[in-house]
Amino acid sequence: MLLEDKDRIFTNLYGHGDAGLKGAQARGDWDNTKDILAKGRDWIIDEMKKSGLRGRGGAGFPTGMKWSFMPKELKDKPHYLVVNADESEPGTCKDREIMRHDPHKLIEGCLIAGFAMQAHHAFIYIRGEFYDEGSEVVKAIEEARAAGLLGKNAAGSGWDFDVTLHRGAGAYICGEETALLESLEGKKGQPRNKPPFPAGAGLYSAPTTINNVESIAVVPTILRRGGAWFAGLGKDEKNTGTKLFCLLGHIGTPCVVEEEMGISLRDLIDQHGGGVRGGWDNLLAVIPGGASCPVIPKSVCDTVLMDFDSLRAVQSGLGTAGVIVMDKSTDIVYAICRLAQFYMHESCGQCTPCREGTGWMWRVMTRMVKGQATIEEIDMLYDVTKEIEGHTICALGDAAAWPIQGLIRHFRPEMERRILDYRKIAKAA
Amino acid sequence: MKKKFELDADYQPKTFAFKSEAVVNEIINRYPKGRSQSAMMPLLDLAQRQVGEEGAKASPPYGGWIPRAAMDEIARILDLAPMRVYEVATFYSMYNLAPVGKYLLQMCTTTPCWLCGSADIVKVTEKNLGIHVGESTKDGLFTLMEVECLGACANAPMIQVNDDFYEDLTPETMTGLLDNLKKGVVPKAGPQNGRNKAEAVGGSTTLKKVG
Repeated sequence: MLLEDKDRIFTNLYGHGDAGLKGAQARGDWDNTKDILAKGRDWIIDEMKKSGLRGRGGAGFPTGMKWSFMPKELKDKPHYLVVNADESEPGTCKDREIMRHDPHKLIEGCLIAGFAMQAHHAFIYIRGEFYDEGSEVVKAIEEARAAGLLGKNAAGSGWDFDVTLHRGAGAYICGEETALLESLEGKKGQPRNKPPFPAGAGLYSAPTTINNVESIAVVPTILRRGGAWFAGLGKDEKNTGTKLFCLLGHIGTPCVVEEEMGISLRDLIDQHGGGVRGGWDNLLAVIPGGASCPVIPKSVCDTVLMDFDSLRAVQSGLGTAGVIVMDKSTDIVYAICRLAQFYMHESCGQCTPCREGTGWMWRVMTRMVKGQATIEEIDMLYDVTKEIEGHTICALGDAAAWPIQGLIRHFRPEMERRILDYRKIAKAA
Repeated sequence: MKKKFELDADYQPKTFAFKSEAVVNEIINRYPKGRSQSAMMPLLDLAQRQVGEEGAKASPPYGGWIPRAAMDEIARILDLAPMRVYEVATFYSMYNLAPVGKYLLQMCTTTPCWLCGSADIVKVTEKNLGIHVGESTKDGLFTLMEVECLGACANAPMIQVNDDFYEDLTPETMTGLLDNLKKGVVPKAGPQNGRNKAEAVGGSTTLKKVG
């Protein structure tokens, strides 16, 4: 059963309507925002908890709970809301659609979330490459300010609130929340040790909450329609609501689409993605949630559901829901090798296992592509991924290790075949 | 890639001044009092754009880049040691620290684009321009770079030319794009196969009645 249009949150996903304030208001945004805020902080946070919304940036941490970690009382330091719009995970292109076609959902979400955590100022950190998307957000902020929806007594709520857009400059690592804060403070984007967690000491050492664009943009709709409505969609109480999926790779019609959490991968690809190129039987593998999620082979794709826990159960993850589809013509070893190159390029260089390990893994992977290796080296490669995983300040080390672990887990015979073939050719020569 | 970044290279101008003090102050005032270091990245970007504007009118033309003098000027404005600016400028990939072509071609070749044929896009571009990735054309028009995922994966393969994304490319449309740029015509950005944004080719499966 596919999601019905009446339950879709992002009704201007493809930009057919006006992205400006008028168009947004016609779609229901900014409708009596004051009344939502009048219900109070506790009600908002409680309703978000009831909705079961889990962070849409990849880790899937419950959003309502995250907000409740902020100090209850405003003390000497201001509170900050930071929106992570540094969308850089290969295979992910959903926040871009929100920012260029529905920026007011994001801005209104900022006001509500900021109010709930007693912040007067929100920063939206957007990746520098999204130049036009950033300009759309700036336009929306200015429109909202002019209409009294931001600024002093924002939307008539009695709460002062403003939003600032900050552009990044091309560093994947700044999608890591503490690296993002460093970058926002005008430094190199290198992740911080935790603790202290941002809710205690984040931006400018003040209490800060960092949320993904999609997590914030769905807030106004959830509060208008009720947490119970959102919780009623999805697979179960831990995987609720709707989700933007990015469908791409070897499919008929790549696109971004909003669907119910827990839809089957096959339905998603067949109903919205135009099917696998050459038919379902021509499917080789899928990376279900952006580059860092381990690849799953066709046998798993046949039945797997697209939600946090179902994908975790098959040793992968929902991540950012960037679904990278690969048909049987794909050189799967090179596909993962190219991801290893990505992580090598994007390692910030702070922790030795990641800085040295990502380069080492890439060099071994380039030999694996040609089969110019020994069988034992596959085991060694696996061991090294395990040495990197969990031994770094941030999760980039883990993210670099997982795709290779997934490859070895499911495609070891292919890797071995290449090694044996290469030997045969070498011998003949 | 490009020219090598050297603080004392002969291409480095001796001085740099921002055109508009008002814009600089507006940027600094976006951030809380006493947190002006946060303005560093927007100011680096502003400097790069200012150089790019001058370069577009020069002969031969060049694209935006950040001279050392601009970094020193930013350090002075923000009251920081110059090293604080150098380390940020060298950390992020979008800051060009040496002169580049008027059109900076950033070719995405990460797995999602690669699956959809980015290798062919790079190949036709290299052949058409007569340069390799990491090089610039002698006429100052083009610099060719390979970059990591640009976040438009449902529109793969794609490249970025200065601020604009050109998506859903084929070797033919890529060649057409280059030929236009050589003539000084900047084609409309976005999908080059006629589709709308990240909507499915031939129309979406959802939101039929809305919008």
